[in-house]
Amino acid sequence: MKAIIDKELCTACGECADVCPVEAISIREEWAEVSDDCTLCGMCVDTCQYDAISLPEVGTGPKKDKEDYKGIWVFAEWRHGEIHKVSYELLTTGRKLASKKGIPLGAVLLGHNLEGMEKSLFEYGADVVYMVDHPSLEHFTDEIYGNVLTELIKKYKPEILLAGGTSTGRSFIPRVAALLRTGLTADCTELDINEEGLLVQTRPAFGGNIMASILCPHGRPQIATVRPKVMKAEPLEHPTNGLIERVDLPEEIFRTKIEVLAEHKVEGPSANLVEADVVVSGGRGLMKKDNFGMLYELAELLNGAVGASRGAVEAGYADSSQQVGQTGRTVAPVLYMAVGISGAIQHVVGMQGSQVIVAINKDKEAPIFDVCHLGIVADLFEFVPAFIKKIKQERGEKE
Amino acid sequence: MHIVVCLKQVPETQNIRIDPETHTLVRQGVASILNPFDYFALEAALKIKDERESVKVTAITMGPPQAKDVLIDALSRGADDAILISDRAFAGADTWATSFTLAAAIKKLEPVDLIICGKQAIDGDTAQVGPELATILNWPYATYVKNVEFLDNSTLKITRQTDEGYAVWKLPLPALLTILKDVGDPRPRSYKCTLRARKYDIPTWGVTDLNLDENQVGLKGSFTQVIKVFSPERRKDKLILEGSVDELVEQLYSWLKEQRIPGI
Repeated sequence: MKAIIDKELCTACGECADVCPVEAISIREEWAEVSDDCTLCGMCVDTCQYDAISLPEVGTGPKKDKEDYKGIWVFAEWRHGEIHKVSYELLTTGRKLASKKGIPLGAVLLGHNLEGMEKSLFEYGADVVYMVDHPSLEHFTDEIYGNVLTELIKKYKPEILLAGGTSTGRSFIPRVAALLRTGLTADCTELDINEEGLLVQTRPAFGGNIMASILCPHGRPQIATVRPKVMKAEPLEHPTNGLIERVDLPEEIFRTKIEVLAEHKVEGPSANLVEADVVVSGGRGLMKKDNFGMLYELAELLNGAVGASRGAVEAGYADSSQQVGQTGRTVAPVLYMAVGISGAIQHVVGMQGSQVIVAINKDKEAPIFDVCHLGIVADLFEFVPAFIKKIKQERGEKE
Repeated sequence: MHIVVCLKQVPETQNIRIDPETHTLVRQGVASILNPFDYFALEAALKIKDERESVKVTAITMGPPQAKDVLIDALSRGADDAILISDRAFAGADTWATSFTLAAAIKKLEPVDLIICGKQAIDGDTAQVGPELATILNWPYATYVKNVEFLDNSTLKITRQTDEGYAVWKLPLPALLTILKDVGDPRPRSYKCTLRARKYDIPTWGVTDLNLDENQVGLKGSFTQVIKVFSPERRKDKLILEGSVDELVEQLYSWLKEQRIPGI
């Protein structure tokens, strides 16, 4: 299979041949021709301004009666007695999608000793909370969590499932998708419903340098994960109590080959990165590890945390736990300062939810200046120490 | 013991960008490389081979014919065998169709005791193929693994990273792991292995070799479909300041004050 060229519409302009990553397109006299090297990546489809290129469609998969699947579910992530905030963000998003489609919103809560935990899920708009309370759910394992969620989906048939792109969600949701034989789109940054009622899942690809919108036309449910802090959590103004559905499942569902020997919490230099009101991040522009010292000083003055770009982490200037971006953490502080960061989209997707973004870079053309609210074109080695001095001065005067 | 390492050839994403004027993808100078996270998967397998007796490491990859390069790299670093999974029919595969195809290759390679993957690939960043492959095989798996120990010949004790810290699990073989860079720096190519890699005739397995139906693989066997590819949106209401450092410091300070930033 390869991309399909509509010879009537094609003008042989050659734009598609230029973008093809595998050089599979050659330009004939009147139209473009696609060779067998085509990998169906879709780059050419969006480039063509004459809508002359399309991709063949996905198969229909195993036969499923799509009409049987109704409603949107959010996997509410329970961890040692607390519900992860991403669950509220997803309920808020799920509520908007559900009202657009006119269908109910459900939340799934798996864990142990859950009594009363469902209340907050109603506050964020769940109409029904499906609860499975079992000692085997005390500790997370992909096998049991995956099996239990799969059983619930088979029983209640939601058409859409949203889950947090946490280390837990990113690990066991692929199991659920594979057991149910359906599609999964990871780390979506935008979700919408199209005219046909399908979930449009938009996510960064190729390190975040491009965005892709993805559909799951035939598999059910349509499953998407979203990283924490990408969506906003808004509680209902007038919350009402919905239905609680306590589900008992046969004991064999809770059997696993995995034994959890220990679970540990670790406090590190990046422990408050995700929660901090101010994040000061450094990139390759810092030139060496020692230069990160001034970022720590600035962050301390502002009671904030220090983050880093992938480039800075790969160069060894900062710890991988400090990485902000698609493959690192997602932050959304009140103030985000990007110092010496060029601004590859892979970094931007991890901080674009920040209220105020300030970029400091000496390269006026750096892409970070396209995403910031305020850009400072300056040499960071002169600017940052001067700015630290200014804050100290102002405080001195106040005292 | 037979360990299979799953590798992926990816474009060097760091250099891919969209031309701001033409809005097309600029690929000039973008090389195809072995997914950086997969080096650690290979290293983890080779470490086990160093430490234990009679371990065979097979490197596999699914991709176009040129993906063979990553297998030559793996052989040059010490992998015993390599298989290229390549067929026109595999084009356009999403994570499900990829996992399904890899599962068929694993079955053909049996007996296999352990599959090791990188934590994710840098082109798609989905981290799905490892867990989906294990699920299709009905094997236990652990993701984000930073340490692997053998309790006996058929039981592993692994440490996996979690958002809050880490967890220690015991799991029986056969199993699948996705590996973090904590396993150690990948070893360089050795002279001896590179010579062997040069002579090694890498077999290619296609749809017929794997006894698969064309409708189960590639785009036809996929559930997800890309409908649109576009460049990320840029902010319009931004303010870009230039000037002397002193002026800029004053401007930033008063601007942050206006924004009511805590601490200013």
